[in-house]
Amino acid sequence: MIRNFLLYSGVVLIGIFLPLVFPTYQTQIAYMWLMVVFALTWDVVGGRMGYNSFGNIVFFGIGMYAAAMVQKELYFDIGEFEVIADAATTRLTSAQYLGGLALGMGLGMVLCVTAALALGSVLLSMRGHYFAICTLGLGVAVGEAAGGIEYIGAGSGMTAPLFPDALGDKGLFFSYFYFSLAAVTFLCLHWLYSTRFGLAINAIRDDEDTAEAMGLPTTRYKTIAWCISAFFLSFAGAAFGHLNLFIDPLDVAFPGATFGVWMVLMAILGGKGTMWGPVVGAVVFHITQEFFWITLFGWQRVAMGVLIVVIVVAFPLGILGWVRERWPESFGETITAAATDDEGSEA
Amino acid sequence: MAPPLALQLVVNGFLVGAIFALCAYGMALVWGVMNIINIAQGEFVILGGFIAVVLAESGIHPLSAIFVAPIVLFCLGLVIYYAVIRYVVDKDIFVSLLATFGISILLQQLMNQIFGADIRRAPHGLGTWSYFDGIVTIEQIKLVSAVVAITVAITLVMFLKRSRLGQAIRATAQNARAARIMGIDTGLVYAATYALNAAVCGAGGALVAMVWSIEPYLGLIFTIRSFMIVVTAGLGNLAGVVVAGTGLGALENMAGFILGTEFQIAFVFGLLIVILVGRSTLLGRKRLYLK
Repeated sequence: MIRNFLLYSGVVLIGIFLPLVFPTYQTQIAYMWLMVVFALTWDVVGGRMGYNSFGNIVFFGIGMYAAAMVQKELYFDIGEFEVIADAATTRLTSAQYLGGLALGMGLGMVLCVTAALALGSVLLSMRGHYFAICTLGLGVAVGEAAGGIEYIGAGSGMTAPLFPDALGDKGLFFSYFYFSLAAVTFLCLHWLYSTRFGLAINAIRDDEDTAEAMGLPTTRYKTIAWCISAFFLSFAGAAFGHLNLFIDPLDVAFPGATFGVWMVLMAILGGKGTMWGPVVGAVVFHITQEFFWITLFGWQRVAMGVLIVVIVVAFPLGILGWVRERWPESFGETITAAATDDEGSEA
Repeated sequence: MAPPLALQLVVNGFLVGAIFALCAYGMALVWGVMNIINIAQGEFVILGGFIAVVLAESGIHPLSAIFVAPIVLFCLGLVIYYAVIRYVVDKDIFVSLLATFGISILLQQLMNQIFGADIRRAPHGLGTWSYFDGIVTIEQIKLVSAVVAITVAITLVMFLKRSRLGQAIRATAQNARAARIMGIDTGLVYAATYALNAAVCGAGGALVAMVWSIEPYLGLIFTIRSFMIVVTAGLGNLAGVVVAGTGLGALENMAGFILGTEFQIAFVFGLLIVILVGRSTLLGRKRLYLK
């Protein structure tokens, strides 16, 4: 109890003071919390339910486009907007900006959950690697299709409105936003995993046929789990468009080969199916990634490929999975002679 | 669509589809023998293509890449097997999926660093035949490539049927444990299978660089094409792979003509989803997915 209190208050203190202590890295800190959200939301479907999705990035992109389009439709003529994008003359007031962002997040959330419902009820009837490859295809197909829609700027992309000066520093605002989002996501998922729902998706991961035979409505649970993933990702996406300002279908909104794979890796690196694993994995991964970016001029993407292979081959259990295997007592597991299974209560 | 034009699209599609079928057969081999879905398949193809481009730029006729690329790719396949794949062979299929995805990103970025991101092609200097007053044209290189692809495929099948190593590969595919008991070095068999697949893809890629063009980021779409063909045809079904491959080639050509070439990639990935959803509804009705 005391340990948990210290842990949580420590994390909150880090969340509050990190961007103040390192003001030059505020955007990077926002990215780091975004990575935490990525890993946590991927783990709902991938780690807890055993459905390895490469396509969660779709919800990120939909949320991003929805929020940016709401701002554009609310406050600008299309023609005027293009001029603003170049000259940056007109700025929104804080109230307009935040109102538009909130409305856009709401719309993005609705769109994402609807999309997850529709896609999930069709795609989640696939098992194992067929689901993985199908979602991989889905991510690319949606990105390519978004590049063909004139309304959202097609392949050349679009811009989100500039950040109003009255709200202070953009990096600080978004690092706090993403920290709150990560914290809320964490707490919601923590509660959710302790309910019947958590048990149900774990049962689906461990043996779906048996779960179905026991009368569990597996398809319903699977679809709900994907919707939860999509729900949190939509907010992450909506804010990312406003943080990055420029939205491009393949590199920013639906980047399957970067964010899309990273969210899988971060969860695996930390230890998929554990509560703190995705958080630890995301932080370690993000710092490593930034380190590559700074030191390996031009070769950082090659290094990322190597890192993926190393993580998958050398750390399949992840950091927390390794810790749990090493010190199972601290995870509340009792060791008996027959206990070879490492499934147990969570951190 | 005028009949000769339709004929043109179908013939072109068939000729290109032979290359798809070749790569798909390699993927089916690795999948069937090692239970690994090799996402790096497309990168092997593109690398084979770059070898043809490099040869052409240094004054050697790119057709020689049909022999050079498989040798280089065979060695690369061996290296990748002993560095990575052998640790994931008997793991969960998702682990190997992610590992080969990592290899794919690694190779893609390496090619980007070494050869640059430009679209490249290997000039081959072969002409074109025309029929029906020039409405139907057949590029000679496409015919040559189809012949080469079929020859490589036949050689591979004969190798698997007749040679000692080929028989060992088939035995391992049927039952790895029994094969080990009978004294087959399955590690060696896996290495040979993975390297053979890379070599086959290399030959296919050399043809792609002559028939079309290549760039470092085109790999994934070749992987997806191979995967679709294998899923449609089933494992270890050569005739099915050839039919599905040439069919996909023709279909893609038609779609490219009707929808416009900028939607070709979206079409391929959309088709993947359609095929997989169709497959799962068919299986779901009979509940064949149950273990």
